[in-house]
Amino acid sequence: MPSPSPRIVPCSEAALVVEFGDTIDEAINRKVLGLDRAIAQAKIAGIIETVPTYRSLLVHYDPLALSFAQLSAQIEPLANTVTTEPGSRRCWRVPVVYGGEYGIDLEEVAKARGLSPEDVIRLHTGGHYYVAMLGFLPSFAYLAGLDPRLASPRRREPRAVTPAGTISIGGVQAGIQCLAAPSGWHLLGRTPVRTYHPGREPVFLIEPGDAVRFYAIDPREWAALDQAAEAGEPVAELVAS
Amino acid sequence: MSKFAVVTVGPLTSVQDGGRYGAQRYGLTSSGAMDLVALAAANTLVGNPPAAAGIEIGPFPASFEVRAGSVRIAVAGAGREIKIDGHMLPPATSAVLAEGHRLDIGAARSGVFSILGIEGAVQGRPLFGSLSVTARAGVGSPFPRPLQAGDELELLEASTAPEQQLMFDQPMRADLRVLPGPQAGEFGEAFALFLASEWTISSTSDRMGYRLDGPTLSHLKGHDIVSDGTVNGSVQVPGNGQPIVLMRDRGTTGGYPKIATVIGPDLGILAQRRAGQTVTFTEIGIEEAQDEARRFAQMIRSLPDHLRAVRTGPNTDALHGANLAGHAVNAFDAATWQSTHDDEH
Repeated sequence: MPSPSPRIVPCSEAALVVEFGDTIDEAINRKVLGLDRAIAQAKIAGIIETVPTYRSLLVHYDPLALSFAQLSAQIEPLANTVTTEPGSRRCWRVPVVYGGEYGIDLEEVAKARGLSPEDVIRLHTGGHYYVAMLGFLPSFAYLAGLDPRLASPRRREPRAVTPAGTISIGGVQAGIQCLAAPSGWHLLGRTPVRTYHPGREPVFLIEPGDAVRFYAIDPREWAALDQAAEAGEPVAELVAS
Repeated sequence: MSKFAVVTVGPLTSVQDGGRYGAQRYGLTSSGAMDLVALAAANTLVGNPPAAAGIEIGPFPASFEVRAGSVRIAVAGAGREIKIDGHMLPPATSAVLAEGHRLDIGAARSGVFSILGIEGAVQGRPLFGSLSVTARAGVGSPFPRPLQAGDELELLEASTAPEQQLMFDQPMRADLRVLPGPQAGEFGEAFALFLASEWTISSTSDRMGYRLDGPTLSHLKGHDIVSDGTVNGSVQVPGNGQPIVLMRDRGTTGGYPKIATVIGPDLGILAQRRAGQTVTFTEIGIEEAQDEARRFAQMIRSLPDHLRAVRTGPNTDALHGANLAGHAVNAFDAATWQSTHDDEH
């Protein structure tokens, strides 16, 4: 069955959005990321930047360089022929201290899902995730690929502050949160990794489309890794996926 | 280098330029000056490119002091009283502050945001090409936060260029032009209600968004959508039916339906509307919006045509000499400055 054509609409006089759907769906998100790559490769003059999300690609452009009609005409064939093949072949291995003060919701999530805390850690570290989008705050990574046995409705009462480095789950999504922020997700652990560090090159460690795996570390390793990350070390390990 | 110190400052005062582009895909918003015309006007007065980094000053008073060297400044945007060592500076006029001089910027009497332009621009370390402060993300330079009393900025020495006055009225309108938003179709008749109603700026507005009070806009399909990208001027409608116009510190993505987008050229006008003031919205098409973007860019480019060198007194050379020696010259009241200068020495 041919998929419906994506919808291209103006978002402002200097941005348009290409919508592939209106649900959280990995196939839709793969198309968004595929179009993002295709547009980058096409090197269309006048495009300022693109913002991939779960279901759409936002394209910021200079209306003095090209009009909405001209840009949509260039994007339409790319959007109609986009592949859903994963683009990024790189994978980040991200260390996590699970439970205790690092992941205050681990026990509760385990109980609610009829699992032991060890099961939750095993299922969370066993997942093959990829970055569906980055948003909300600098480098908040929304990850697709959570084991359905861990899917948990968001908390009724969001927390006003959750710590930097929080590793959490919400609904069918998993997340890596770099900065302290309010959150309604469940906190399983913390990573010393700074996915975002304004004083480091690169400032942003992970790209939309990158693969992510988690591995558990002992709380005694935290201090040294945290210090190294603050000093600008990636701490997360880059491997071919 | 000159040293320029913040003596007193209110909230909402930070270094801003034309904005940061290229990091929205990582969730870092573009920020930049709330009123780009004010930014361009202040920069034009001190001989900078229109989007160079200046100090954006919120509606409260602020004062600064030159601790070393000399600094050329100009203030544009909200209507307010500007004094240099107690002497009034006419609006939209540049001036050199010498060592020890104090700059007092009064509370905004009309509008909200002003830009303090600085010859040579604010100096700092750009991230993605911009010094703009995004407070929530801890980004910006030379301070990754709003300015505080005691902060000291290192600036370039003032040149010997003549002082300038900008003969230009900022565009004003209470009827802001909008494009239908990407989810306008999810509002049915509420879209017409949005256009037909008068909206009052709420007091909870800030650099992230301007909240609007008015009739309730109901959604046909509920108020949660799968998050997608936002732009400056996106008008999102959360569950309470009261729209929020997303401003420069907006989140890069959002999960509320967007009924409309205020066009870029009118966003600075909205930024200058105060809590309690009202706005209305008029729908235009994408072609007209892009024509307006071209006209806006042309207006910014042509600002230097509206400059007028200001006579710096009966003996310009002597006054320039005084300037170089570290004495500011008030374009319109050189005699006052001379006498001040005499008193001091």
